[in-house]
Amino acid sequence: MMKQTRRGFLKKLSYLAILAAIPRVAWASWNAKAFAADELQKAIKEKFGDMPVIDSDAVTLKAPNIAENGKVVPISVKSSLENVASISVFVADNPYPLATSVKLGKSSIADISVRIRMAKTSNVIALVEADGKLHRTSQQVKVTIGGCGG
Amino acid sequence: MKIKIKAKEKDGIVKVKMLVKHPMENGRRKDAQGELIKVHHLTEVKAEHEGNVVFHGEFGMAVSKNPFMAFAFKGAKGDKLSVSSVDNQGLTGQADVIVK
Repeated sequence: MMKQTRRGFLKKLSYLAILAAIPRVAWASWNAKAFAADELQKAIKEKFGDMPVIDSDAVTLKAPNIAENGKVVPISVKSSLENVASISVFVADNPYPLATSVKLGKSSIADISVRIRMAKTSNVIALVEADGKLHRTSQQVKVTIGGCGG
Repeated sequence: MKIKIKAKEKDGIVKVKMLVKHPMENGRRKDAQGELIKVHHLTEVKAEHEGNVVFHGEFGMAVSKNPFMAFAFKGAKGDKLSVSSVDNQGLTGQADVIVK
């Protein structure tokens, strides 16, 4: 066995302290960088790297044309694609464009709904990840009262 | 964290609706004293069906208060669905439901 030195012990102790400090979020798969990106292209890049993006009819985005209250905007994304790995929703003109990203399993159906906040009138972009490509559909939602400030 | 779940099966497809009770503070709102309210929002919600993850959502600040979400998967009546959630302050929630 290695001899336990005072220095070595302190070093190990500091590692432990670092380890204990980082995982405030228990599962750690939350992509903090992508959610903190303040620009649409940056957020997509942080989330998906350089994955090719194509416009696709196989993705259906359901969102209201006019949202009276930006605090609660119902969004549904559906896709007829096979092997859907994830579905993400971006709001182009929000302070932080990435709203949500959902990973799906093998037995999942590509059909999700969420309610999101929108600061102002903006394009809502749905990206469906399937077979290493991002399939994109977008729609403009007009917002009469923003939902990101107070 | 309180989680309400409804799961219903029809033609082999289970449709799930969930509501998580959470303030979803985005750190941009001010309280009565004019101080910014600390960021406090859900980061992840995971749903497992018979050991398989069928929904693993990551949420940002742009998700509404008391988030509602819906999804679907292939399953049967009587199956168990477990949902767990965690927020940026490390608080967690857990709930199970039997598919109807």
